[in-house]
Amino acid sequence: MKQMGEMLLRRESFEEIVMGNTALVRAMVASGTRVISAYPGSPTPEIATAIGAIPDGKRPFYFEFSTNEKVAMEVAYGASINGHLSTVFFKSVGLNVASDTFVQLNLMNLIGGMVVVLGDDPGANSSQNEQDNRHFARMAYTPVLEPANPSEVYTCYKAAALLSKKHHMPVILRMTTHVCHAKEKVAFDALPDLVFDDTPKFDVGNGPYIPITSLVFPKKRRALANLAAVESGAEESSLNSVTDHGNDKRGIITMGLPFMSLMDVLEKATQKPDILKLGFVHPIPKKLVLDFITTHRSVKILEELDDILENDVKKIAYDAGVTTRIMGKADVEDWVGEYTYDKVYDILSRTWPDLLPVREEADQGVVVPDRPAQMCPGCGHRSAFYAIKKAIEKNDITVADIGCHTLGFLPPYEMGQLLMCMGASPGMGAGLSLFNDSRKVVAFMGDSTFFHAGLPGIINAVFNNHNITLILMENGTTAMTGHQETPATGKNVNGVTDKIPLKGVLEGLGIRHIYEVDTYQQEKLTDLVKQALADDAFSVVIARHPCMLKFTREQRRKKGYQGKRVAIDQKICDQNHECLASFGCPSFTRKEDGSVEVNPDLCIGDGSCMQTCPTSAISPHKP
Amino acid sequence: MDEFNAYLIGVGGQGIGLLSEVLIRAADHAGLRVKGVDTHGLAQRGGTVISHLRMGDRVSSPMVPRGKADLVVALERNEALRGVNTASKKGGALVYYDTVWQPLGVRLGHTEPVGEDHIGALCRQKDVRLYKVYDPELVEPRMQNIVVLATVAKHGLIPTVLDIHYRRAMADLMQGNMLTKNMALFDAKI
Repeated sequence: MKQMGEMLLRRESFEEIVMGNTALVRAMVASGTRVISAYPGSPTPEIATAIGAIPDGKRPFYFEFSTNEKVAMEVAYGASINGHLSTVFFKSVGLNVASDTFVQLNLMNLIGGMVVVLGDDPGANSSQNEQDNRHFARMAYTPVLEPANPSEVYTCYKAAALLSKKHHMPVILRMTTHVCHAKEKVAFDALPDLVFDDTPKFDVGNGPYIPITSLVFPKKRRALANLAAVESGAEESSLNSVTDHGNDKRGIITMGLPFMSLMDVLEKATQKPDILKLGFVHPIPKKLVLDFITTHRSVKILEELDDILENDVKKIAYDAGVTTRIMGKADVEDWVGEYTYDKVYDILSRTWPDLLPVREEADQGVVVPDRPAQMCPGCGHRSAFYAIKKAIEKNDITVADIGCHTLGFLPPYEMGQLLMCMGASPGMGAGLSLFNDSRKVVAFMGDSTFFHAGLPGIINAVFNNHNITLILMENGTTAMTGHQETPATGKNVNGVTDKIPLKGVLEGLGIRHIYEVDTYQQEKLTDLVKQALADDAFSVVIARHPCMLKFTREQRRKKGYQGKRVAIDQKICDQNHECLASFGCPSFTRKEDGSVEVNPDLCIGDGSCMQTCPTSAISPHKP
Repeated sequence: MDEFNAYLIGVGGQGIGLLSEVLIRAADHAGLRVKGVDTHGLAQRGGTVISHLRMGDRVSSPMVPRGKADLVVALERNEALRGVNTASKKGGALVYYDTVWQPLGVRLGHTEPVGEDHIGALCRQKDVRLYKVYDPELVEPRMQNIVVLATVAKHGLIPTVLDIHYRRAMADLMQGNMLTKNMALFDAKI
């Protein structure tokens, strides 16, 4: 496992413990995928980690992190119509960004094939919603395959690639958070001999690729015919399976991770229902489903998030005049959260009260302090929020955006009072500033977001002369998803590129009020924000400090690294708690007597706290 | 083995990922069927992180159900209490490293701190065997996970997984100076 890159390219068959995201990369190699594009977002970044483990020059494919999901989708599309099997991957909400391109893909003759890998997030583990992207698949006449574990990720991707190449249509591989991150031993086949023909095969004769007016209809008919062909192929697919417990009374139709939870739950059942598990979740195999429902007296649809499968099954039953009782979602809670063991146990206990023994509540009701995520020790965003808070009035409005700096909404900063999606802060801020002379509007944005979807909102603020202040929290990386490069970094996953400097872009847009400062210069930052707020036009403050998590990790790898930390002089400290309660670095510990200590496990000795102490009691620790 | 569940809990940045990788590989070397899942993403930034490990022939989901953990391994005091509260089954075991990374509410003075006695009381209530570890001599906090690992190995807290399996797993995952240092600590503590 030390040599993940070597493993992913190994010629022979082998078994290895891997997570779903890693199994996916072996499947991409085995399928001859030639172009892969992505934008980082949980639960998918580890796909890129696995790709990155394959040394540059040895990758049998081209890979890039594009500037956003829509661009990534377009790169993969362009490659596919040139004859390459391509794949794009990103998180659930990434499909909203990519949707303008995605919904047209079904109209196009994708001669190389193209797989869209989605990391949906039931449970909103690291997303702003738990949207069910099967809705998009229906709208875009696109098949969806859904694996339940890492082994199935491997087989489902290969099946998706074959299907896409066969029908020249897009195919979605829908993974969910705990399928992406689940680890188990997967048996990988030997790699086939792959020969790539890189001749650019784009030909309007394969199209037309211009979907306008009357040209749309034949394309739409072709997409629907493709979907019907996929459905008939799905009837025989081994990706769907029936677990026969010899129960003609009760059956369950399910898919994905809920199937895994179900199998655990049924260990406790005396009379196990039969199970139809679908790998083809759109379109569903009608005959297989009809056969299952007609051979059971009641059937439960066990489906995470929305009631899509339920509606499909009920339609099949209605059209066939089947009288089997079909039970879908019964309660609002059935629509909410991940279908874990506990959730499935509760749902099935309500569905069939005699199925399972009554459970004891494990939780003893003990109160444990919450531990929300927070900014790391030394984080430049902490210095920024601490300083900016001093520059604004209590009644002013602060608008958050996506990134580590979103965590500023937590106490003690409470900066960033509303959040929507990537790059939304200047637009929302502009709206909040209308008919508003009394409350200043401050919007935040990170550097990766700036390039992703931030620019249109910024240009709008210039174009329509919105009087708001934007603070660009520039940490030089895409920190929250694992430190991927940004267009301002000067390199991408493949090597060195030209840097696109934030300030140069802003100047090019004609923004007249641009300020920049390192966030550790807290007083200067406070002053600059005050100045920016006083400007009678759109203003931008670039609040810069490198990601200290990344920096510290890099330092630790160096020879002779010596850890640093600060210390508090207890003779000077008057226990005003500014460091602890206002600056709020997690390295400070409040003792029962009110004194403050530095936790040596956490402090990185960056010293950004020293300037916050009114009595100057904090200084570098001298070993 | 039918089913054995281990629930690892700590704070983002404590090295729970490596610990979970060592345990899953050690279980594999011991010939057990094993699966698991770790916390990734935003929650790693100073929040509670959990790794689930499930062993045995009658296990499907990678996630440990509430109240079904045979073993809770915690890298921090508050998280030990949280882990036992939500995950421990009656008659299970807890190994925890008694360091404290003070949660936000406690730091701000809004919440009472968790004491060792809280953990002892809950363990008695749930009939959970308690193994508290702490090494004041340990200079490198990022090696606390190895002290915990050695405790799991020493007391044979995962059935059929032996010292040799843990050592092989460590050798799979680390190399050079890092392996030497961690192996020396493991050997000293076991």
